[in-house]
Amino acid sequence: MNALREKARQTLDELDARTEPLKPKDRMAIEPQEMPAQEPRVRASNFKEVTLGYSEEQARLEAMRCLQCKNAPCISGCPVQINIPKFISQIVSKDYEGAVQTIKLTNILPSICGRVCPQEIQCQAPCTLGKALKDAGKSVSIGRLERFVADFERAKGIKQQSVKPETGKRVAVIGSGPAGLTVAADVRREGHSVVIFEAFHKPGGVMIYGIPEFRLPKAIVQAEIDTLRAMGVEIRTDYVIGRTRKLMDLLDKDGFDAVFVGTGAGLPKFMHIEGENLIGVFSANEYLTRINLMKAYDPQSDTPIMKSRKVAVLGGGNVAMDAARCALRLGADEVHLVYRRTETEMPARAEERHHAKEEGVVFHLLENAKRIIGNEYGCVTGMECLRYELGEPDDSGRRRPVPIKGSEFIMELDTVVVAIGNDSNPLIKRTTPEIETNKTNNILTDADGKTSVDRVYAGGDIVLGAATVILAMGQGRRAAASINKMLAASLDASPAAPEQHDI
Amino acid sequence: MHRIVIKKQLSQDVFQFDIEAPLIAAERLPGQFIILQTSDNAERIPLTIADADISAGTITIVFQAVGKSTHLLAAMNEGNHIPHLLGPLGTPTHIDQFGSVVCVGGGIGVAPLHPIAKGMKKAGNQVTIIMGARTRDLIIMEDEMRSIADEMIICTDDGSYGRKALVTEPLKEICSQDHKPNLVVAIGPPIMMKFCAETTRPFGVKTIVSLNTIMIDGTGMCGGCRVTVGGKTRFVCVDGPEFDGHLVDFDNMMKRLGAYREVEAQAHHQCHLDLGIKPTT
Ligand SMILES: Cc1cc2nc3c(=O)[nH]c(=O)nc-3n(C[C@H](O)[C@H](O)[C@H](O)COP(=O)(O)OP(=O)(O)OC[C@H]3O[C@@H](n4cnc5c(N)ncnc54)[C@H](O)[C@@H]3O)c2cc1C
Ligand code: SF4
Ligand code: FES
Repeated sequence: MNALREKARQTLDELDARTEPLKPKDRMAIEPQEMPAQEPRVRASNFKEVTLGYSEEQARLEAMRCLQCKNAPCISGCPVQINIPKFISQIVSKDYEGAVQTIKLTNILPSICGRVCPQEIQCQAPCTLGKALKDAGKSVSIGRLERFVADFERAKGIKQQSVKPETGKRVAVIGSGPAGLTVAADVRREGHSVVIFEAFHKPGGVMIYGIPEFRLPKAIVQAEIDTLRAMGVEIRTDYVIGRTRKLMDLLDKDGFDAVFVGTGAGLPKFMHIEGENLIGVFSANEYLTRINLMKAYDPQSDTPIMKSRKVAVLGGGNVAMDAARCALRLGADEVHLVYRRTETEMPARAEERHHAKEEGVVFHLLENAKRIIGNEYGCVTGMECLRYELGEPDDSGRRRPVPIKGSEFIMELDTVVVAIGNDSNPLIKRTTPEIETNKTNNILTDADGKTSVDRVYAGGDIVLGAATVILAMGQGRRAAASINKMLAASLDASPAAPEQHDI
Repeated sequence: MHRIVIKKQLSQDVFQFDIEAPLIAAERLPGQFIILQTSDNAERIPLTIADADISAGTITIVFQAVGKSTHLLAAMNEGNHIPHLLGPLGTPTHIDQFGSVVCVGGGIGVAPLHPIAKGMKKAGNQVTIIMGARTRDLIIMEDEMRSIADEMIICTDDGSYGRKALVTEPLKEICSQDHKPNLVVAIGPPIMMKFCAETTRPFGVKTIVSLNTIMIDGTGMCGGCRVTVGGKTRFVCVDGPEFDGHLVDFDNMMKRLGAYREVEAQAHHQCHLDLGIKPTT
């Protein structure tokens, strides 16, 4: 890390000493700044954050690579249209405070998005610099710069968002994932009171119970939640809507003027193959929740997880990478990632794949589980797999993997983690039959995030199916804007003093 | 925070708590359960609601101190607060006028059975209650159950109270009568529920069982509570906890529950040996 910083300092000194402004040619010549990270062998046995973040020198140098394009294709690649060239130029001129504010105009969780967004398929994909250097991997590292300024802000203490005078209107937010937190912030800023209801005992959604500490330290999520609390948002944990209280009761009995549903993805999918209920087969949700939420890796924790030696993770997404990398950190001797297609089709972020391999996860591509084998005690002892080859392209244009006849082979294992996705959470649908959903039980909304029920809005994974933090946030923003609009209209219609309810 | 209002010891390691939880007391229906934690990182313990008092705003839970977490819970006293309590979870029991209903409760399974028996009685059913335990000291809530039952049968394994029999014996006799019961509800240790289901199967008497699997979230997110019912994977926390006992794969559930703890420890050992791995312990 010090070497990277030193090198950056030298280059920066030379560039700062120049009198004439940098030309695009000079900018293109600056070396892309590498992200300092813990050594693979060291980090594979601890839960501390893998990447360490740019030093100030590195951040400014990386920022100087930006060509400040007039058309800024990066902005249209960003799901919430951050003014990317502007915040980058603020980094060059050391106005980090200003850079954070630029980002926060459209993204309230930069320290989280800077860490977990798939930038290589969003803002960094169309980057002119990457195109000019004929390597998308050499685009400006927008995500790392976003993280740098957000970390800078957090170190100094996150600036309190201003809140307009109380309107007396009340909004209930169900779920405290990125969608719910965004709605809470945007609605609270307008002076409406906000109560978040969260089923778990800690708020944060997948950012707390799914994404592991080594990729997204929980203290960062906690800091964002503390900021919301400081704005006056109330968070009720251990409170499951549909059970502790029915959704419609919030509107009809508890005096809420609007409800936002951000309950996230739900029931894990299984492969429906033989042996899936043996001891030692976990859904990724269970495996990761035990580790991240219940801190199974901490000897102080009461929620243990079995000690595994040989683990197979089925799937190729972020969730699969996280499960595999957790298994390594819990001390497994071998961790195998089994995926039906090739690495190009893997939905996991490039950085995650790279990190997983560096740490020693063995990738088995074009292979898939056929059945899981157990002993007489019901414990996993192995898995029968099949090899695949790529056949004709399917509707999505991806070449369909087809099994190779007679290619069965056995992998010896004691643990299998199934990470092939989630169906949607059934609870709200079952207890609120009024809400319209599609075939897969995802809630249907219009372009403003409004559901089929008056004053009820929805967004995030419960609408999109398993998506991303930034898309969930984007949906939250949109729904919050329509909630604010509706409440403003009703305030205009009845400016009388609002009644107080105590719930 | 939920204050423990009353703590009672029902037998050597069985405890009853009345806990302040007004919202849950008002919403809960027979068959539903809660998940509680004694501290932030403590295990999430699922417990069926045995009773509720809406005016006092309390719910009643009955539990046996078996592992570390339930011992920590048992160590709490009146006036202490339970930091995390979530509920009511699960699909409520289908209560209706079926005709005659036999309610079978084994050990502390009597506690979750209580509100169901009460509900069945109120719905106009003729209710027979069979309660069983290893020995007399382990029979709980006898008076409460007696006040509901049209007919009451108590069995102990050692004959120290009531009949010296397993609960399946009187159950079989009742099913053999000319007027077969219309429904059996059996709640207790998995092995008891399994054999109750086996007992009623030849008579074709529908038998409901209530499963208490491992759980984490209790809201249908983690899949840890899955069981095989009628060849399909079902989630106890949202699809259950009650299922048709004739369709439940009890053997698999018991293995997953670690119902045979020692065997399981040995099994693990064996799994590792089979893999040529040196055992850890
Ligand atoms: C392991 C893993 C890794 C991931 N990695 C990435 C990544 O690197 N980058 C990325 O962009 N995305 C990633 N994702 C996806 C991303 O986390 C989700 O898309 C995002 O969190 C969805 O946000 P949400 O607000 O819709 O819901 P969630 O974050 O799922 O939050 C929903 C919350 O609602 C609560 N809830 C549910 N039902 C109720 C109810 N009835 N009453 C009260 N509360 C309720 C839940 O307990 C939960 O806390 C990952 C997901 C997982 C599981
Ligand atoms: S496309 Fe790339 S080079 Fe152009 S403004 Fe955006 S980040 Fe800078
Ligand atoms: S306890 Fe997690 S899905 Fe049922």
